[in-house]
Amino acid sequence: METQSLTAKNIHVHYGEKEAIKGVSLDFAPREVTALIGPSGCGKSTFLRSLNRMNDTIDNARVTGEIWIDGENINEPGVDVVLLRQKIGMVWQRPNPFHKSIYENIAFGPRYHGIKNKKQLDHIVEDCLRKAALWDETKDRLHNSALALSGGQQQRLCIARSIAVKPKVILMDEPASALDPVSTAKVEELISELKQDYTIVIVTHNMHQAARVSDKTAFFYMGKVVEYDRTEKIFTNPSEKATDDYISGRFG
Amino acid sequence: MERPAVKDNHMEQQGNRARKVVKPHVVEEWVGKVYTAICILVLVVTIGAIVYFVSSRGLTTFIKDGVSLSGLLGGLKWDPEADIPLYGALPFIFGSFSTSLLAALIAAPLGVCAAVFMTQIMPGIGKRILQPVIELLAGIPSVVFGFVGLSVIVPALRSIFPGQGIGIAAGAIVLSLMILPTITTIATDALAGLSAGLKEGSYALGATRWQTIYRIVIPTTLPALLTGVVLGMSRAFGEALAVQMVIGNSPHIPHSLFESASTLTSVITLDMGNTVMGSAHNNALWSLALILLAMTFVFVFVVRFLERRKNR
Ligand SMILES: Nc1ncnc2c1ncn2[C@@H]1O[C@H](COP(=O)(O)OP(=O)(O)OP(=O)(O)O)[C@@H](O)[C@H]1O
Ligand SMILES: [Mg+2]
Repeated sequence: METQSLTAKNIHVHYGEKEAIKGVSLDFAPREVTALIGPSGCGKSTFLRSLNRMNDTIDNARVTGEIWIDGENINEPGVDVVLLRQKIGMVWQRPNPFHKSIYENIAFGPRYHGIKNKKQLDHIVEDCLRKAALWDETKDRLHNSALALSGGQQQRLCIARSIAVKPKVILMDEPASALDPVSTAKVEELISELKQDYTIVIVTHNMHQAARVSDKTAFFYMGKVVEYDRTEKIFTNPSEKATDDYISGRFG
Repeated sequence: MERPAVKDNHMEQQGNRARKVVKPHVVEEWVGKVYTAICILVLVVTIGAIVYFVSSRGLTTFIKDGVSLSGLLGGLKWDPEADIPLYGALPFIFGSFSTSLLAALIAAPLGVCAAVFMTQIMPGIGKRILQPVIELLAGIPSVVFGFVGLSVIVPALRSIFPGQGIGIAAGAIVLSLMILPTITTIATDALAGLSAGLKEGSYALGATRWQTIYRIVIPTTLPALLTGVVLGMSRAFGEALAVQMVIGNSPHIPHSLFESASTLTSVITLDMGNTVMGSAHNNALWSLALILLAMTFVFVFVVRFLERRKNR
């Protein structure tokens, strides 16, 4: 059996009284892309955010269950969320570059984690920008404001920023849904590249995108996983009727 | 030219009606335009009149009374009723700048920290308890601040430091209390308006809450925070009554923070009633008012500049 790089066991998420995730267990294999699909409001973002304890920042959210990474259950009170979030990076739907230069956006995370050496930082910045296929577009203006980049470039910068702290897993919540087709294609290409080094979990509403980039797909419905299988299987021959209805657009 | 009758019937009817009765929405549009235009006109005329009045009076000192600009701005001695009147306003300019700068230095960290606490750390308590308290502070009349300054701050300073307790330090402390609400309110708005995505981005990289606050939240909102500080300073610069009650009002540059001094505003309010309109002394006071007005413009420009940086 292959060792899993990230395992969620029986996750429940409550917002106050309301249960948004009702017992989800998923394994994410190393160097694979897993797509989370499902209708709006079914809890994909909520689940994704519980994987790196991002729901801690929401006052009334309560997450129970186990999340295992590197042989450690990170969904426990005593866990150092700083170290954990270094291991599990995140990218959002709307690009959220800091109001700083391109260089500083990338150097930001490594600085937190104690890297002060200028040469080392230079190296990390170049490396991450190359990996995000952004180096050629930005190498002449590393010290200009990141806000001057286009939306697609900003998103790739946010991806570059997240890999600068050397995570094992990258969580992406609809990373391309605010982008134009060309930028979307670039981001998808980038995901396929990054998959060689990282475990990627991506939420998407775009069925074609899920089919193109992912190895496995989980179909969420009303806070539960209805079906989780290899992507080809889900898209060609799903076992559940609900999955079939959803991916063929016959839903609701 | 004949038009196709059926098709344009409707339009023609409307056109006919429009010629007889003016349509209601057109009337509304006009009423709105005229009303707002009148309001703007009143504002512009008022401001223009004030600027004109202050400038014409203030400039008379230089034109008619033969005082030089450098003499006024740089002169150390203020004695308008002497046989050879002296119009040196530097002690007042110094007093105004030092009290308002010191007040901003005291109030800025307090106000920004209070805003951070209210928006980032305990939003619940902040909104329900602290914000109303600070708004209350903003509503207290300046004479009350002056009175509190006189009966609490001045004696306290007197018992701790050498001197009478009155002076720049007492003025600055009273002013800092008065401008605290301005700085806090503007900072709170700026911090609350920061997009949640930026903070999450920082948390997701493994930053702690404090790192996020001082590396992301504060730098991103800095122009807005500074706008609050500058607005607070301009309020301090223009405040007369409360300062006048605690500063001592002697027309010298003090040797310490605990020695009697004066500000531009305090000397104007104290002397204005004792002078004859059109006299050299009276005109000199208008010149001081002109300096205040010029400083106000400077503050406005600084704020404008900061706003531009904020929207970058
Ligand atoms: N901060 C919150 N407080 C309370 N309820 C929330 C909060 N965030 C999400 N929810 C609720 O939890 C449920 C799941 O929301 P979630 O954002 O995870 O859905 P989603 O699958 O990501 O939807 P979408 O595809 O539209 O992004 C929804 O019913 C939503 O109303
Ligand atoms: Mg979502």
